Amino acid sequence: MKISQQEIEHIALLARLKLTPEEINLYTEQLNSILECFDMLNRIDTTNVEPTAHAVELYNVLREDEVQPSLPREKALQNAPQAEDGFFKVPRIV
Amino acid sequence: MSYQDKYEMVCGVETHVELATKTKIFCGCTTEFGGEQNTHVCPVCLGLPGVLPVLNREVVNLAIKAGLALNCEIAEFTKFDRKNYYYPDLPKNYQTSQYDLPICKKGWVEIEVIGKSKKGGITRAHMEEDAGKLVHSGDSITASDSSGVDYNRTGVPLLEIVSEPDMRSVDEVIAYLQELVQILDYAGVSDCRMEQGSVRFDVNVSLRPLGSKDFGTRTEIKNLNSFTAVRRCLEYETERQAAVLDKGEKVIQETRTWDENQGVTLSLRTKEEAHDYRYFPEPDLVPLKIDRDWVERIRATLPELPAAKRERLKGLGLSAYEAGIITSNKAMAGYFDQVMQKYPEAKVVANWIMGDLSALLNAGNQSFEDCPVKPYQLADMLLMIDKGEISGKIAKTVLEEIYSSGKDPAAIVKEKGLVQIKDEGALEKIISEVLANNPKSVADYRGGKEKALGFLVGQVMKATQGKANPELVNKILKEKLK
Repeated sequence: MKISQQEIEHIALLARLKLTPEEINLYTEQLNSILECFDMLNRIDTTNVEPTAHAVELYNVLREDEVQPSLPREKALQNAPQAEDGFFKVPRIV
Repeated sequence: MSYQDKYEMVCGVETHVELATKTKIFCGCTTEFGGEQNTHVCPVCLGLPGVLPVLNREVVNLAIKAGLALNCEIAEFTKFDRKNYYYPDLPKNYQTSQYDLPICKKGWVEIEVIGKSKKGGITRAHMEEDAGKLVHSGDSITASDSSGVDYNRTGVPLLEIVSEPDMRSVDEVIAYLQELVQILDYAGVSDCRMEQGSVRFDVNVSLRPLGSKDFGTRTEIKNLNSFTAVRRCLEYETERQAAVLDKGEKVIQETRTWDENQGVTLSLRTKEEAHDYRYFPEPDLVPLKIDRDWVERIRATLPELPAAKRERLKGLGLSAYEAGIITSNKAMAGYFDQVMQKYPEAKVVANWIMGDLSALLNAGNQSFEDCPVKPYQLADMLLMIDKGEISGKIAKTVLEEIYSSGKDPAAIVKEKGLVQIKDEGALEKIISEVLANNPKSVADYRGGKEKALGFLVGQVMKATQGKANPELVNKILKEKLK
């Protein structure tokens, strides 16, 4: 499987990343070498193997429906690049 | 001309319903509505680095309950997946949802339109988390330089219920939604407060030429929050698509938004720009195995559901219409049952509940949930009518008094002197006066005008302030007029 420059641009768009032409070249190359590693996995015969949903053999980890204290608002907003009137402030969306 | 002359509509709905838990799906923050912005948040629901979600057991319980109420199969094995997209209302940049192994699938609800019933299929129902809320600085999202984000709603548990494209008219869509919401409300899966946004709908709609078996190209209209909005939006969208097809053009597959103020749907994004969600299994949550004992334990907690209740009420002698009205409101249906325990005359109880009591509640802007007239008080009052202690007319006054004062009917009747006059001697005296004062009506009646009797009865009632026993009045009047 080979990934094209166009696909890199699409992925960058989905991840909201602005890439320079040099970066596009670099990441195309890098991602392709990563995908080559996955190709090795594809060579394994998995005909009778159940798909894995999780790497750990553990099920039904649940908590009870009991209210715990939330963060004080100042704490919640502390690391926000911008905040206003108790809201996280974000730039124009569309 | 309406689209229905040439085309048939095909519609399916995705319903998002907030589950009635105390806490969020993956953390202990409260789900309470209406808190100040960003006060119901913690590192988990804010998606801060290094935190791990832990699934709320009650979310699974309620999802199973909803599935059973909607005749679904409950999965023995189910898991969560990440749905990736970037939007400021989603702090983690992915929504934890379920993709290929949802907790519920293959269900149905019975929908009825003008006496015809059919099954509205449910493809699947899955658990997921709600997103936050954006507040725009300008009039609209496009006119705003910035937006404020409130993450209180982020992580509130949702069940997304996906229907089959089974609906063929706007009325069928509304009937499906009403039945669905009613079932969820009865089952106690959600509080179904539409005005608080706890139920939201996305509709998928297309048209095809009458008689065609293939589906046409559909559009999806997102985020409708009331039955009225769904109805208006579908009425608009079907005509819009019909106009496009009539011109020989093609409907574009796209996501649209409903503009409530203008009453139109507007294009949001086309299929080419559609989100590429790149789902993958959520590594932070382990899968669920739901053994059949768990399912049966939940099944045992299911209350009587609307369809069963309607049938039972019909069995008690109510018409389909009456049974439909009473069951349309869970609190009203519960109230009806409580009154019936003490006064088991279904028709009479239904009439009072649907008539005078509903009118009082409407006027007072109250509901059956907080009805000031207790069910036993209404039952007691109806018993007093049967015993002849008060007339049906006086009962209306008594009901108003119970409503405003909360006092028991017997106390009100005694206090206000509303006891029915059954003393023949006393009545005869009043009736003689009425006859003496209305010689014309007396003559009319004797001359063959039956209607005059009604007038005279009315005069007696007026003179006794409605307290005379109507049967006695009739009897005495007729005797005296012979």
